[in-house]
Amino acid sequence: MIMNILQYIAGIVLIMGAIFSLLAAVGILRLPDLYTRMHAASKAGTMGAGLSLAAIAVISLDSAVILRASAGFVFLLLTAPVSAHLLARAAYLAGYLPSKITVINELDADNLND
Amino acid sequence: MSGTEFLALAANISLGILTLAFLLTVLRIVLGPTLPDRVLGLDMLVSVGIGYIAVVAISTGQFLYLDIAISLGLVGFLATVAFARFVLQRGKNNQVDGKIDGETTP
Repeated sequence: MIMNILQYIAGIVLIMGAIFSLLAAVGILRLPDLYTRMHAASKAGTMGAGLSLAAIAVISLDSAVILRASAGFVFLLLTAPVSAHLLARAAYLAGYLPSKITVINELDADNLND
Repeated sequence: MSGTEFLALAANISLGILTLAFLLTVLRIVLGPTLPDRVLGLDMLVSVGIGYIAVVAISTGQFLYLDIAISLGLVGFLATVAFARFVLQRGKNNQVDGKIDGETTP
C-alpha cells in the first residue's frame, strides 16, 4: 500500500522534472541573448535534474540511496549558480554585449572597476 | 492502474519529454551564435543527461546509476568552469564567432 503511493509520487515527480528540463530548453532556444538564456538554463535546468534525483530518493526506501540523492541535489543547487555566474562574468568581460532590448545594465563600462 | 504500471508509464513519458528538451538544446548549440551560448548549451545537455540517468535508474531498479549521475554533474561543473576561463582568456574574436545579435562588425 505505502509502496503504491510512493510509486505514484515518484512518477509525478519524475514527470515534473522532465517538464522543468523541457522549459529550460525552450527558454534557451527562445530568449534573445546569452544572459537571459543563462537565466533559464541555470534555474529551470537545475530544478529538472534535481527533481529527477528526488524521484530516485522517493522510490528507493534505502537510507544510503536517499542520502546520496539528497547530496547530489544539494551539490547541483550549489554548483549551478557558481558556474552560471562564472560564465556570465567571463562573457561580459570578454566583450559579449547584452541584447539591444536590455533596459538596465549595471555593469556599464564606467562602473566596472576591476 | 497499479503503482508499478504508473511508474513505468511515467518513465516512458519522461524519456519522451527529455528527448524533446535534448533536441531543442542541440538546436541552440548548432545555431550558436556565439561561443558562450554553446558552452551554456553544453551545460544544459549535462543536466538533461542527469535526468536521463535518473529515469534509467528508476525503470531498471539499479540505484547505482545515481553515483554516475552525481559524477556527471561534477564533470559538467568543472567543464563549464574551464570553458569560462577559456572564454575570459581568449576574449571576443569576431573572425571566429561571427556576429552578435545581428550587429554588423566593422
